[in-house]
Amino acid sequence: MKPNTAQITTLKIDGHDCGARSDETILDVAQENNIFIPTLCHIDGLQDIGACRLCLVEIKGSNKLLPACVTRVQEGMEVTTNSPRLQHYRKAILEMLFSERNHICSVCVSNGHCELQWLAEQLGLTHISVPYLHPKLEVDASNRRFVADHNRCILCTRCVRVCDEIEGAHTWDLYGRGVDTRVVSDLKQPWGESESCTGCGKCVHVCPTGALVEKGRSAGEMTKRGQFLPYLTLMREERQ
Amino acid sequence: MTLDELRELAETEREKQTQVKHEIHVCTAAACLSQRSDQVKASLEAEIKAHGKEDCCKVKGVGCMGLCAAGPLVSDESNGRLYQNVRPADENTDTKEIVASLESEPVERLSLSPELPFFKEQKKIVLENSGKIDPERIEDYICAGGYEALLTALTEMRPLEVIEQITKSGLRGRGGAGYPTGLKWSTVAKASPHNGAKYVICNGDEGDPGAFMDRSVLESDPQRVLEGMAIAAYAVGANRGFIYVRAEYPLAIKRLKIAIKQAETMGLLGANIADTTFSFKIELRLGAGAFVCGEETALIASVEGKRGNPRPRPPYPAQEGLWNAPTLINNVETFANVAPIIRNGGAWYAAIGTEKSKGTKVFALAGRVANTGLIEIPMGMPLRHVIYQLGGGIPDNRRFKAAQTGGPSGGCIPEEYLDMPVDYESLASVGSIMGSGGLIVMDETSCMPDVAKYFMDFCCTESCGKCIPCRVGTVHMHNLLSRITAGEATPEDLALLERLCDVVRNTSLCGLGQSAPNPVATTLKYFRKEYIDHIHHKRCTAGVCEGLARPGKDDKPKGKPAEVTA
Ligand SMILES: Cc1cc2nc3c(=O)[nH]c(=O)nc-3n(C[C@H](O)[C@H](O)[C@H](O)COP(=O)(O)O)c2cc1C
Ligand code: SF4
Ligand code: SF4
Ligand code: SF4
Ligand code: FES
Ligand code: FES
Repeated sequence: MKPNTAQITTLKIDGHDCGARSDETILDVAQENNIFIPTLCHIDGLQDIGACRLCLVEIKGSNKLLPACVTRVQEGMEVTTNSPRLQHYRKAILEMLFSERNHICSVCVSNGHCELQWLAEQLGLTHISVPYLHPKLEVDASNRRFVADHNRCILCTRCVRVCDEIEGAHTWDLYGRGVDTRVVSDLKQPWGESESCTGCGKCVHVCPTGALVEKGRSAGEMTKRGQFLPYLTLMREERQ
Repeated sequence: MTLDELRELAETEREKQTQVKHEIHVCTAAACLSQRSDQVKASLEAEIKAHGKEDCCKVKGVGCMGLCAAGPLVSDESNGRLYQNVRPADENTDTKEIVASLESEPVERLSLSPELPFFKEQKKIVLENSGKIDPERIEDYICAGGYEALLTALTEMRPLEVIEQITKSGLRGRGGAGYPTGLKWSTVAKASPHNGAKYVICNGDEGDPGAFMDRSVLESDPQRVLEGMAIAAYAVGANRGFIYVRAEYPLAIKRLKIAIKQAETMGLLGANIADTTFSFKIELRLGAGAFVCGEETALIASVEGKRGNPRPRPPYPAQEGLWNAPTLINNVETFANVAPIIRNGGAWYAAIGTEKSKGTKVFALAGRVANTGLIEIPMGMPLRHVIYQLGGGIPDNRRFKAAQTGGPSGGCIPEEYLDMPVDYESLASVGSIMGSGGLIVMDETSCMPDVAKYFMDFCCTESCGKCIPCRVGTVHMHNLLSRITAGEATPEDLALLERLCDVVRNTSLCGLGQSAPNPVATTLKYFRKEYIDHIHHKRCTAGVCEGLARPGKDDKPKGKPAEVTA
């Protein structure tokens, strides 16, 4: 366990008084208090990167929106997690995600078990107003047990982080930039030929969408088990 | 080397130089080199030799003289003559004539008046040595007073006193955001070291299209940047520094390498500088050339050998930067201001410029002006003065339309603000920014939606792709602008474009995405009519957008054969 040098602070989230340790993030404290903040790149047990921007919240006294997953709490902070302005931006961000690659849920193995789809439902996204970009991307089925379908990838890099931080293999990384960014295994080798991949499947189970899945699943069948991470992290910390 | 030894060296060098009657300077910075100024220099040397004038004439390769468009530039320091467009001997007789006329009337055909407002109206602090010293000889820099500030700081000032002078000077970061330099330094100074380390980084990425201020400073006066970094390191308590330069700047890299080596040899960098306990080592890091790598957290990741992606701030580099240690990161021009401030005092610097924007700023003046090149002006000079006096106005009797400042993060300023002073606050008040100092002048032949499209194209290809609003939003914005300039857009597209400006600005992770909408937003604000023309009337007034009608010329909607009426 980390040495407990953190101080206790109090803050207000959506009007509720909350107690927190000064090393906690707004998201940590919100979750402890059952306040829902949408997230995609965050997953308990991995380092946060603040990339998906869905967890943006308002802080009193500042016009800038801050990502709850990487913003530390401060004494006396007043946080709003759900305003019309935030809802507007969150929907806009989700719309962009749906427009970026192919997300025709009805033919997707993750249909019904997908965090992106679930968030769209939660936030009441019924249609999108930006044009579809629909690039044609490859599906890498070279691995014996898993498939990587780049058409469903939202570049949250959870796979990259779990493989690096937990499995220690660092099979996954990013290639390219901007809208051409791809998740690649090793030096852009087919997954099946990856020398570093241990086949543990952690990436598959932390992937929030149908981008990394097990083979042999048909539409709507693939369920993920990402809950093991906090446990693994805890075990590791105790061993050290 | 001690301060006394340094001064002695400067004196010897000065004596040596005064013995030369004609010191002929040839610009050997990038723009002039591309016009074969190295050959010009060789021709001049050969000609002097042929005339047997070696003992009274010396040719010196110097840094940028500013008016790059007229290069190669040659000057004679003894009589203040200045020549433009000088060709080497294998092209014509320019160099022959110059040498032949040393004691007689100047070569009229090549003469450029040093009395031009372009030269007269500048105030050179950062560029004071540019075009005067040989950037590859540390003795030249020392002769010009170089390293006095560092040695004075080390031997006569406490770190806090150094910071005090920088704070007093009012210097603000020249990399774009204009953050107070003294405040940044004192934050890093107060931070406790991580594993015993703190770092200083010089940001020489300069990714803005059209900008070449930092490159020019590094090519023309590299020692000054090293000296600024060393003073900063002493002030904040760092012992290691990095200069991040993009690999596309080979000349800057070459001269930095030479400069570092020479400074180390003289004991002005490295262990126990000037026999004090202070040691400072500088290393070069080459960037592959990505705009986003200029963003400080991305740059730090890149120096660490990782993918150059930005990360959310806080924590700021001043608290947790390179390898998690407190890190001072400043721009090239910011560091170049440090030595003169220490030499002359913070109050001296603060007396120049405006109330909130002190000192001078270097601009790369480009576009539709007669004199393009590099200028350094006191803050607060009216934009009109910059364009019409220094810039020499707009060629071909065309009308001014807009000035673009700050590159892809900046905006377009319309004619009604021409009398605005050039300072941080004024530029921000009209929706643009100072940025790193790109200044592009546009006349009626520029189409504003097309300009916006150009910058958006840049932003979407340069986005790192980490966060969604920037990665995807800029692509949508670029596509919409393409539709507008192609005459295919609907009024709904315009509404969507405005909505995306707001979303991308407010939700992106780093400055690239947060500022990417600026060129679009400012052109929408000041030149909305042009957007409406493109969308509703399928008309491009500037005549830039292919396939669209030009009023007065072919005032016909798209698709029909153009009928020339004027
Ligand atoms: C996309 C982006 C690109 C940037 N590029 C540069 C650059 O090329 N050079 C630079 O000095 N600062 C650049 N900056 C600003 C730096 O992040 C940082 O603020 C600056 O180096 C700090 O130095 P200063 O305080 O001396 O200005 C950039 C910022 C962003 C967001
Ligand atoms: S990954 Fe999720 S959102 Fe995308 S198609 Fe599959 S179910 Fe739908
Ligand atoms: S493959 Fe899955 S986990 Fe990896 S970046 Fe794409 S969506 Fe995220
Ligand atoms: S704003 Fe653009 S450049 Fe910055 S982190 Fe996001 S994607 Fe990368
Ligand atoms: S969860 Fe915070 S930015 Fe993605
Ligand atoms: S490069 Fe020669 S004058 Fe600028």
